[in-house]
Amino acid sequence: MSLLEIESLRIEFPGEDGQLVAVKGVDLAVEAGEVLGLVGESGSGKSLTCRAVMRMVPAPGAISAGSIRFDGADVLSLDTSKLRDFRAHSVGMIYQNPFGSLNPTMRVGAQIAETLKVNRGMKRDAAKAEALALLERVGIEDPEHRYRAYPHELSGGMCQRVMIAIATASSPRLMLADEPTTALDVTTQAQILKLLARMSAEEGMAMLLVSHDFGVIAQACDRVAVMYGGHIVESGPVETIYHEPEHPYTKALLNSVPELDSAGNVQRRAALAGHPPELSDVIPGCVFAPRCEYARPGCEAVSMKLEKVGPAHDSACPVRPFADANSKAKAEGVEA
Amino acid sequence: MTEVENVTDLGSERARLLEVDSLVKEFGVRRSLAERLARRQIDPFRAVDDVSFTLDRGEILGIAGGSGSGKTTLARCLIRLIEPDGGEVRVDGVNIRDHKGPELRELRRRMQMVFQDPYASLNPRMTVGAALHEAGKVHERPGAEDEGAFVSRLLGLVQLTDRIASRKPRELSGGQRQRVSIARALAVDPELIIADEAVSALDVSVQAQLLNLFLDLREELGVAVLFISHQLAVIAEVADRIAVMRHGRIVETGPTQEVFARPKDEYTQALLRAHPHPDPRMRFAAS
Repeated sequence: MSLLEIESLRIEFPGEDGQLVAVKGVDLAVEAGEVLGLVGESGSGKSLTCRAVMRMVPAPGAISAGSIRFDGADVLSLDTSKLRDFRAHSVGMIYQNPFGSLNPTMRVGAQIAETLKVNRGMKRDAAKAEALALLERVGIEDPEHRYRAYPHELSGGMCQRVMIAIATASSPRLMLADEPTTALDVTTQAQILKLLARMSAEEGMAMLLVSHDFGVIAQACDRVAVMYGGHIVESGPVETIYHEPEHPYTKALLNSVPELDSAGNVQRRAALAGHPPELSDVIPGCVFAPRCEYARPGCEAVSMKLEKVGPAHDSACPVRPFADANSKAKAEGVEA
Repeated sequence: MTEVENVTDLGSERARLLEVDSLVKEFGVRRSLAERLARRQIDPFRAVDDVSFTLDRGEILGIAGGSGSGKTTLARCLIRLIEPDGGEVRVDGVNIRDHKGPELRELRRRMQMVFQDPYASLNPRMTVGAALHEAGKVHERPGAEDEGAFVSRLLGLVQLTDRIASRKPRELSGGQRQRVSIARALAVDPELIIADEAVSALDVSVQAQLLNLFLDLREELGVAVLFISHQLAVIAEVADRIAVMRHGRIVETGPTQEVFARPKDEYTQALLRAHPHPDPRMRFAAS
């Protein structure tokens, strides 16, 4: 049994003419201690999938079908007090904008201590001592001093560290990280990713890391699921996905990622035409088919169910245009 | 007026389009009550500190740096959206700080800016066609008399169909909107486009299209681009040369390939080390 199991998750929003489906039957599992990446462009449904785990889909959106099980327990049927308990102890969450998640009128130390008092029933002095220890653990220098700082006195990276301290205060078994480094400078991003990796390894904490940036995913994750138009189109070990993608969308996405190696060799990329589908676009069969250069008759009837294409590697594309090249690359790799 | 005609005369074109010399911009720092009572002076904050660089026609220069490094302030100083406090900005040898009124307007026409958020730079109540035509009309561009043809040519340059002309900004996707802002910049026949994080808010697949577009425009129109981005990899995709900024200063500059292969400055090295490479085999060294 996996730590987190999401099955056939469907999230809908009421629209002017009928329901708009943002997440269309997502299956996803996170094993204990594993770092799983969820990568996709805007509107792919990756953030919603992540928030659904906390039952925090923003209104008027709602989970209309599917199931979410955490450690075997059905998250969607938890009553209010159990849900509160689940959010407090089992999972932690951090977001893109750390300033937005912190109370601007409270000192950051007090905010961490408050979490400890409420969630872990600590007394004042114990909470303060533990908050200082948490600040230290997330790599904030001079915690005594920072304890008394207000969020606006801290940099974005520092605030995100405080958020991580709060989110990990009750040693959750799963961390949900929704674009945790997108608003940060690249040097700070690297530090935060290292911190998350270290905490995940030390505590055996599993993590679901949502990002639009495959670079961030590649740096931090063991496995990755690629989302497009409300579906997971491919999932597998991050090395396999990068070197031997099976789904045309994954391949196109990777082709679009800007690389340092292009320096001095300025040339046009084989860019994907068009843009990701809007919520109101209803595309029969494969959601990627309208932009796919390998689309063929029959693609409009594809079920978008993930099929096994290799060890721990699944793809929703039955055409599999790169299957031959990938298996050849693998064979050569074995020889080498 | 003669000088204006001189600088637009294509015959007298110099290879060097833009020369920036020791540009300085300072912002005053608010003093606390105690400091004001004590009449204590506080040194102003130098957002742009003695910046010099040049840009040739048809060249793409990338400006990199973290947030707060002065990239955007520098860009705004170049067209005097913010008034610089010192130094010179010469376009074709003409110092932009020496001019005002119609001459300044003419100099500004030749340097157009494209911002990160196209929503904020397009009038939400105007159709795309009307917005593009207005820019051409105001600057009396040749061909602007015929609205249909003028708009259609611009949309063609940014690889959009003529149908877009009748749409409002909110009816467009993010990538289409950014193409329209580029078309709006091109409407006045600029020689330099200052792209301030112009592709940063876009999805990577759309970002790649826009980067290609900048390369196409340079090739077709010979326009130079000052390409500001916090992402080194994005600059690597388009720029011939790069200047890395930190604390308002250019800490390193040179051909992109050379700077990336052999970075000399500590900060450039740190930026390159922190780049999240999409190949998982090239993870950050564990610290």
